[in-house]
Amino acid sequence: MAGPMKMRATILGGNTEVRVLITHPMTTVQPLHFIQNVTVKHNGRTVVESEISQAVSRNPVFSFRLKGGAKGDRIEVSWLDNKGESNKIESAVA
Amino acid sequence: MTRLSRIGLFFVGALACVPLVAQDAKKEIQRYQQMIAEGSPVELFELGGEELWKKPQGPNSASLEKCDLGLGPGVLKSAYARLPRYFKDADRVMDLESRLLHCMTTLQGRSREEATRRVFGNENQPSEMEYLSAYVAGQSRGFKLAAGAAHPKEKEAYQLGKALYFHRAGAWDMSCASCHGDEGKRIRMQELPVLYKPQFARPIMATWPAYRVSNSQFKTMQWRINDCYRQMRYPEPTFASDATVALTAFLTVTAAGEPYRGPGTKR
Repeated sequence: MAGPMKMRATILGGNTEVRVLITHPMTTVQPLHFIQNVTVKHNGRTVVESEISQAVSRNPVFSFRLKGGAKGDRIEVSWLDNKGESNKIESAVA
Repeated sequence: MTRLSRIGLFFVGALACVPLVAQDAKKEIQRYQQMIAEGSPVELFELGGEELWKKPQGPNSASLEKCDLGLGPGVLKSAYARLPRYFKDADRVMDLESRLLHCMTTLQGRSREEATRRVFGNENQPSEMEYLSAYVAGQSRGFKLAAGAAHPKEKEAYQLGKALYFHRAGAWDMSCASCHGDEGKRIRMQELPVLYKPQFARPIMATWPAYRVSNSQFKTMQWRINDCYRQMRYPEPTFASDATVALTAFLTVTAAGEPYRGPGTKR
């Protein structure tokens, strides 16, 4: 089972700042086990589709800004790893 | 200009640079510490700990939700900031880990042997104690450290901890104070805090337990003391023993009044 995630989304100078923590081993030795895709949705609309590799650390933290946004908007971050495991978290912009 | 005075001038110049370089290095270290704190996964350990706290375990199939950390069964808010303290039911001074162990044996009905089989985890599998420490300590953020210092057994623990801090022994004839006894000492980029002085004990005790980025592990205070003893080449101290609790009591009482802001993030 995928470990917990934690996210904070706040308005910062007219933009939405998102900080998300992901529990993942990001194993760099065989058998490789790492997150391949991270997707961000804003009110259900996909705004980021990213590919990452095993170069990213264990239990990674991602921090990024989305243009615009308002209090109460729904932000969803999901990930998918090379074993097909996935997890997601959704929260409202504060 | 004579050759001699030129050398002299160069020398003065080089000396003047030293404090500047040291200051820059210190600033860079602070910047690095800020960066690792911003990217810290400490909250994930707190979440993992919350799950374990509420999970029924042991022969009694009980969770730890009724565990009394000193403020009443199940009261977590500010409980960590007041540890170690004397517990009447156990008639001894306990730190967080020894109290958790007490709850595991009394509430969950687990044997001490089973509950301490794996107190220190690794990067692939953190231990139950590590998760639980993160969760409980996190509930004390913002509360001033106020370890017990009034009960006779609390005073005794403080005195024992202080004595242990300065007690030289082991294969290398070392004490805690051998490294943490004089100001200005450093191992690589790690400053060695003089922990018997409040100004040094405060920021340290306010940020343990902690996540270490260099090995992706969450570390408890019991581990910290255990590892200091390993580095001093002493026999391994018993987990949650009176000696290790006394050291933590001494250090936390010395740090009294500092608002807790852990679990911290270390290099």
